Amino acid sequence: MIERPETAVPSIAQRNLEGYVGFANLPNQVYRKSVKRGFEFTLMVVGESGLGKSTLINSLFLTDLYSKDYPGPSQRIKKTVQVEQSKVLIKEGGVQLTLTIVDTPGFGDAVDNSNCWQPVINYIDSKCEDFLNAESRVNRRSMPDNRVHCCLYFIAPSGHGLKPLDIEFMKRLHDKVNVIPLIAKADTLTPEECQLFKKQIMKEIQEHKIKIYEFPDTEDDDDNKLIRKIKEKMPLAVVGSNVVIEVNGKKVRGRQYPWGVAEVENGEHCDFTVLRNMLIRTHMQDLKDVTNNVHYENYRSKKLAAVTCNGVDTSKTKGQLTKSPLAQMEEERREHVMKMKKMEAEMEQVFEMKVKEKKQKLKDSEAELERRHEQMKRNLEAQYKELEEKRRVFEEEKANWEAQQRILEQQKLDASKTMEKNKKKGKIF
Amino acid sequence: HSPLVFSSHNSSGGSTLLGYIGIDTIIEQMRKKTMKTGFDFNIMVVGHSGLGKSTLVNTLFKSHVSRKSAGWARDEKIPKTVEIKAVSHVIEEGGVKMKLTVVDTPGFGDQINNDNCWEPISKYINEQYEKFLKEEVNITRKKRIPDTRVHCCIYFISPTGHFLRQLDTEFMKRLSHSVNIIPVIAKADTMTLEERQEFKQRVRKELEVSGIEFYPQKEFDEDMEDKSDNDKIREAMPFAVVGSDKEYQVNGKRVLGRKTAWGIVEVENPNHCEFAQLRDFLIRSHLQDLKEVTHNIHYETYRAKRLNENGGLHPISSSDTQESNL
Repeated sequence: MIERPETAVPSIAQRNLEGYVGFANLPNQVYRKSVKRGFEFTLMVVGESGLGKSTLINSLFLTDLYSKDYPGPSQRIKKTVQVEQSKVLIKEGGVQLTLTIVDTPGFGDAVDNSNCWQPVINYIDSKCEDFLNAESRVNRRSMPDNRVHCCLYFIAPSGHGLKPLDIEFMKRLHDKVNVIPLIAKADTLTPEECQLFKKQIMKEIQEHKIKIYEFPDTEDDDDNKLIRKIKEKMPLAVVGSNVVIEVNGKKVRGRQYPWGVAEVENGEHCDFTVLRNMLIRTHMQDLKDVTNNVHYENYRSKKLAAVTCNGVDTSKTKGQLTKSPLAQMEEERREHVMKMKKMEAEMEQVFEMKVKEKKQKLKDSEAELERRHEQMKRNLEAQYKELEEKRRVFEEEKANWEAQQRILEQQKLDASKTMEKNKKKGKIF
Repeated sequence: HSPLVFSSHNSSGGSTLLGYIGIDTIIEQMRKKTMKTGFDFNIMVVGHSGLGKSTLVNTLFKSHVSRKSAGWARDEKIPKTVEIKAVSHVIEEGGVKMKLTVVDTPGFGDQINNDNCWEPISKYINEQYEKFLKEEVNITRKKRIPDTRVHCCIYFISPTGHFLRQLDTEFMKRLSHSVNIIPVIAKADTMTLEERQEFKQRVRKELEVSGIEFYPQKEFDEDMEDKSDNDKIREAMPFAVVGSDKEYQVNGKRVLGRKTAWGIVEVENPNHCEFAQLRDFLIRSHLQDLKEVTHNIHYETYRAKRLNENGGLHPISSSDTQESNL
């Protein structure tokens, strides 16, 4: 057993086992499970057209991802930067790899290339967002990992240094994805030119504080030596080819020139083997881990902090991004309760006011009614008196008329009586 | 030389000489004159940085005549705007003196936004025409007007192997009518022979489709001999070149080349690249023609345009104190 120095958790003591327990088999179990599940890897290639990106991909994975029937994006002229992805399933030794290649045709090809990195950034963010949503769902059974694990940036072999476009792009993407810069078409440069160029590039990368992918130090000394050698060769100068040529009786992949054959897999000709070993054979898992632990977490915390700040006054939330979510929730709750109380008080006030108003109104209308009532009564009385007066007059008239009638009657009666009398008397001469 | 003999006319109208007059010595006289006075040649190189422009110019004239060798550092920063830097040298060969001016354009095509990066170049070319025009229009002219006009503009195409870039076609379209443009494929050791052929064909087709007339222009072929010569050249253009100022030993000979881990690229070997063809074309056969086309055609076009506008020659800038001489 390897004795480790005391860690910061002193309560865990190491014990020697008295027999074989069997948990040393754990890595095998993990391995078997992973193999069954299969692996996913997403690789993005960025660079101006004509730098040999498609050829390099074909060389790396020994497949014809881009062939004559399905030509690479560089064969089609693009007006704006597109982001295209192609998936391929590779099986080797029982292990299954779902490889996704993301290509960016049109990058840096126009006359005005401002913001040509925006589609790339949008793509990477959207993949992170998909993963974030999948992670936050209730049902998390299947979480496909489509995040971009590695971005190979192709630098044109000018021999001088980085172009402004290169610097801008890398500065904007080093926080979102693992950036590995490569010198494309390295067979253009002689070994001395290549050295100078690499030094110049690394100097400029440090000057502009660009964080390219760092190989992690392992504990094994031998591995460390290898890693240090790789670090010295950064950025890797690569040559790609799918054509097999015969050299000294051996079949190698390379490019045939009138003055010789540039072999792709020859370590003295270019750094292709270094790239392939690093990318596929040793550091694929580490690239995925860094993407998951660093870049994705950055994205996640930025995204979630932005969401929780939305409902609250922004001037109060400056510097609250580092608070733990629970404390933030507590704070939010308190604020919410206060708000509710305030609203309640306000509503009560409003209610009171309204009630008073209403009462006042009612009183007013009551008084108004009273007044009208009085007036009507007076009117009525006046009318009554008038009528009384009329009636009296009428009564008088009636009495007069009756008296007259009586007199008339009497006269009539008298007259008839005298007539009778006269008749009787025979006053009829 | 025999004494002057009078010729007699015959019925066909031409005159057969009865003796040797010596008219053909005029060629010799011209040659002597030219050697004494020397002549100017101005060459401009355009292309974005890292395409080997300076190295090629050095290789062409087999001496350190480019801006890079004149004291500028190799890894100077890319300028923010296109600059025009002219460096002159006097080189001599076989008794003939040539004042060679190399005009470099650092910063072309290097920015993120390269809109109108051809404007400083266009302005420079027109300024040289303007200078010449002013001198020509003067009442008292100088005996020999200094000729700073750009006789030839070598445009470097990046060896992507796929297509011409948008910037390339834009530049060439705009400038092919004011200066002789010779497109070359730079850093040709990037491509294998098949790739080179394919790329050349594609580039030629694209140039044709865009209507870009590069030198030697078809319309200026004077006779059948010229035409057939130039046709051959036009078929082979754009030349795929490699430049180098280092010498290596190959098969007992010292050659200019580039040494890689898998072989030495010989610059002057026609099987390796077309540098020798370009050099012969540019210097050994068409040097004078370049100057003539610039003077008779491009300059005249400019002059006619200038004299036609505003009905006369007015000073362009307000700071010009020379009087108008028309």
